[in-house]
Amino acid sequence: MSVSHALLALLSEGPKYGQRLQNEFEMRTGEVWPLNVGQVYTTLQRLERDGLVETDDGDGDRGRKRYRITPVGAGELAAWLRTPPELVPPPRDELVIKVLVALQVPGTDIDEILQAHRRHVIEIMQRYTRIKAGAAEGDVPLALVADAELFRLEAIVRWLDAADIRLKQPPTAAPAPPAGVSAEPTGTMEVSR
Amino acid sequence: MTSALELRRVSKIYGSGPTKVHALADVDLSVDVGELVAVMGPSGCGKSTLLTIAGTLEEPTSGKVVIGEHDVGVLSRDGRARLRRQSIGFVFQDFNLIPALSAVENVALPLELDGVRIKAARAAALEALVRLDMAAQADRFPDELSGGESQRVAIARAVVGERQLLLADEPTGALDSVNGEAVMRLLRAASHDGVAGVVVTHDAHLASWADRVVFLRDGRVVDQTAPRPGPESLLAPTAKP
Repeated sequence: MSVSHALLALLSEGPKYGQRLQNEFEMRTGEVWPLNVGQVYTTLQRLERDGLVETDDGDGDRGRKRYRITPVGAGELAAWLRTPPELVPPPRDELVIKVLVALQVPGTDIDEILQAHRRHVIEIMQRYTRIKAGAAEGDVPLALVADAELFRLEAIVRWLDAADIRLKQPPTAAPAPPAGVSAEPTGTMEVSR
Repeated sequence: MTSALELRRVSKIYGSGPTKVHALADVDLSVDVGELVAVMGPSGCGKSTLLTIAGTLEEPTSGKVVIGEHDVGVLSRDGRARLRRQSIGFVFQDFNLIPALSAVENVALPLELDGVRIKAARAAALEALVRLDMAAQADRFPDELSGGESQRVAIARAVVGERQLLLADEPTGALDSVNGEAVMRLLRAASHDGVAGVVVTHDAHLASWADRVVFLRDGRVVDQTAPRPGPESLLAPTAKP
């Protein structure tokens, strides 16, 4: 989650004070991504250092700084919106590793391991769904944030279900090597001499 | 809390000898009034059998089914049919509306079959449709309704009258995700309104609408989520540095 770009987006609507930025950020991400005020100010300082935002005194209220986006900041925001997130290589998935490790540990009940993770993920999904159910029907930003988490979590459950089915299938015998070819690994990537 | 549905050590065996299949084995399940429970599991785990037994459409091989005050096992065939008509509403994936009847007639049908006078049945049906924001579609026929609207009519039919138990089999299977969500909101609202709801599904997204998720595998209840957790722990002080 890029806090700096979210702040640039909020500033693209007009100049704002830091406290208001924090409130609007939390409101629009539906309380799912809480942000503390310290995070807001360190991020704003960095953005100012890099020339993406500038400050003025606003209405001079108690010496608070008011932030506005610069043309460089607007350009950075536009470029960021269009840049695909990093999806490859995939992050090393802890759950996948746990299941792979479980297969190696003698006496482990893999069904029980998969079910423990399934239950845990669904309990988290229930919490996001309750947030969505409790929100006002017109609260689209909250629904979008909750949906993103729900779809991500649902993918984990589907992977667990698929793992379950795969592990229940009887192991198929390795295909017999063609006649005259050794079954030993031979380093087939060797280039011809 | 009062139980609206109780299955006690319910087993169901189909066939005999070498072809014998244990569809359900010693299932205990209790659903309270005001609670929505999802029964989740892969195909063939016994979900649909559980629902048909809970709905008195099928009898268990052994065990006890109690709906409200009624022990289903001691009721006559007619008694079971009456209990089903008066107390249980069904929602299916493919809506199961009668094509020759309008929306309001579809909703009124279970009441009319139960002897309620047509005028009173239609009034109750219309009221149920109004509650689901379907008043404008009351006189339309099923082929004039979208999937989402059809399922709303089916839900109205399932909750009309004095139903205590709402049973749904993959109720959003034929709908897109937004309409599916609307249907789950309605089922959840109906349950919290004083009906006990059971949804069987293989879909985690759908199951997450339930207050409690029960996991069924090979005919057995193997696990369940914690019942209706308290205040939102997700929103508790989670602010990370």
